[in-house]
Amino acid sequence: MTAIELRAVTVELGGRPVVDAVDAVVEQGEWVALIGPNGAGKTTLLRAIARLVPFRGEIALGGRSSSDLARSELARLVAVVPQEPSTPPWMTVAEYVLLGRTPHLGPLAKEGARDRDAAARAIARLDLLPFLERRLGTLSGGEKQRVVVARALAQEASIVLLDEPTAALDIGHQQQALDLLDGLRAESGLTLVAAMHDLTIAAQYAERMLLLNAGRVVADGTPVDVLTEVAIEQHYGATIDVVPVGDRIAIVPRRPV
Amino acid sequence: MTVAAEHVPDVRARGLSPAWTCAAVAFLLVSLAIGVAVGPVDLGAGAVLESAAARLHIPGFSSSLSPTEEAILWQIRVPRVILAGLVGAMLAAAGATYQCVFRNPLADPYLLGVAAGAGLGATIAIAYLPDGLRGQRVLPVAAFVGASIAVMLTYAVGRSARRERDAATLILAGVTVTAFFTAWQTFVQQQNSETLQEVYSWILGNIPSTGWPDVVLILPYVSVAIVVILALRRVVDVLNLGDDEAASLGIDVRRVRLVLVLAATLGTAAAVAVTGLIGFVGIIVPHTIRLLTGVGYRALLPLSVIVGAGFLVLADVIARTALSPAEVPLGVVTAFFGAPFFALVLRTTRAGSA
Repeated sequence: MTAIELRAVTVELGGRPVVDAVDAVVEQGEWVALIGPNGAGKTTLLRAIARLVPFRGEIALGGRSSSDLARSELARLVAVVPQEPSTPPWMTVAEYVLLGRTPHLGPLAKEGARDRDAAARAIARLDLLPFLERRLGTLSGGEKQRVVVARALAQEASIVLLDEPTAALDIGHQQQALDLLDGLRAESGLTLVAAMHDLTIAAQYAERMLLLNAGRVVADGTPVDVLTEVAIEQHYGATIDVVPVGDRIAIVPRRPV
Repeated sequence: MTVAAEHVPDVRARGLSPAWTCAAVAFLLVSLAIGVAVGPVDLGAGAVLESAAARLHIPGFSSSLSPTEEAILWQIRVPRVILAGLVGAMLAAAGATYQCVFRNPLADPYLLGVAAGAGLGATIAIAYLPDGLRGQRVLPVAAFVGASIAVMLTYAVGRSARRERDAATLILAGVTVTAFFTAWQTFVQQQNSETLQEVYSWILGNIPSTGWPDVVLILPYVSVAIVVILALRRVVDVLNLGDDEAASLGIDVRRVRLVLVLAATLGTAAAVAVTGLIGFVGIIVPHTIRLLTGVGYRALLPLSVIVGAGFLVLADVIARTALSPAEVPLGVVTAFFGAPFFALVLRTTRAGSA
């Protein structure tokens, strides 16, 4: 089943196309990494899919045009993990994860048993039970990130968009976070679309990569297909070696001579 | 995925905790009692209670107060206390709402030009209306009209900017409108310098002893505003995450913000119209509650309503008794006693609890 379908999606910011006529189809349960140099349009494309920025063209989510969906309907289909989420320091972990239930509630309604249950499962799944009543201001960066993912999970959306989910994490926490996301994808059939900078980490986890440059999709395929020395040289201006690691690949920067 | 039943934790948002709610309500009741009992004429608490019981037709009670004392109690003091409570509740709720909606801890209820608009309306009424028309009935209406025009203008200016980040744009529009209306008000005042004293005392704020008409005048605005704000208190916590995250959680940010800002602003305009400008309540009350209890907006808003009412009733008692029979302007009292108290709260609460 098709989770996301983009047809000629264009986003202009300040009169300049930041995303330029992008076509792409993402199937339910896929893990897609959006890669590309700074300013390629990765974040903006994610924001267009979440309808946080005006776009031209057509975006269909689960077969329905995103423009026809009410905000709350959209939020029941798509959850967003922003790069720098706002985490009010006085909020408890329980309260923050419960915010994920917002799209399932009317503006005047209170959370019911079903909502508390969904939040409890998300918290348990991310091993946050010991932190339940802790204030967000007392958590470390890695813990906060898990809390934000738990909020997205409590939202029970089938598509999760992540903007640089590992940017603030050390290498160990990067692996833990991505293993966790991959586990959730396997269990619940989530569709994951993540903008990522670290090509090696992206190549280790993503099934598929969309390489963006200047707002256009310039390569689409498995990490092995997309991450070639020629493509990286051309689009990032970087000199690298592609090295096989297990059944995946790693990108090693090489100082030009 | 399944989690064994015994491991499912009870995930709840901290609502109104019974302890803090009781403390807030007790504070309000004590404030109301002091407000009714204390004044230039000593009525005595027992006599006040007897009179109240007699008014409620509780069998076996009859008032021991003289007709004059009855009139002081029911036509002057009780309405004044209720008016102070309504205004305090409104200012504290509006302050907390603004601080969240604009994500600015310094936002106060006068942010969008309400104060300057009301000031201009009142100054024009005092300066240009013939003495006969200048009674208490015209002044609040003029102030309310001025405040409403200022806020509508702020909104129009903010919208015309068509920026993506319209919370910050709205604040800038408020600053612009405030500057313009303040300049205009100063000009009118300079041209009519004989009105200086009257305008000045209005601007400093006080709770009028004009009885029930003022209560009736603001009650509909204030109660609708507070009901709207309290009904949306869960959504207010979501808005606090910022526009993008609130939108990605399914909130129609523009619409909800408009409803909240309109409610807070119209309620404030009504309050300002009868009392003039009372500073500091909208900032000190929500922040004190936040520092002491560390709760989110869903509990902060109702607590602000209760504590704000009690705070202003007490402040008004000080305003009318400190230099009796003269009155100290209420804005002076709220800041003079509020500022040191707030400094104390800042000093004694640990960073982790805020």
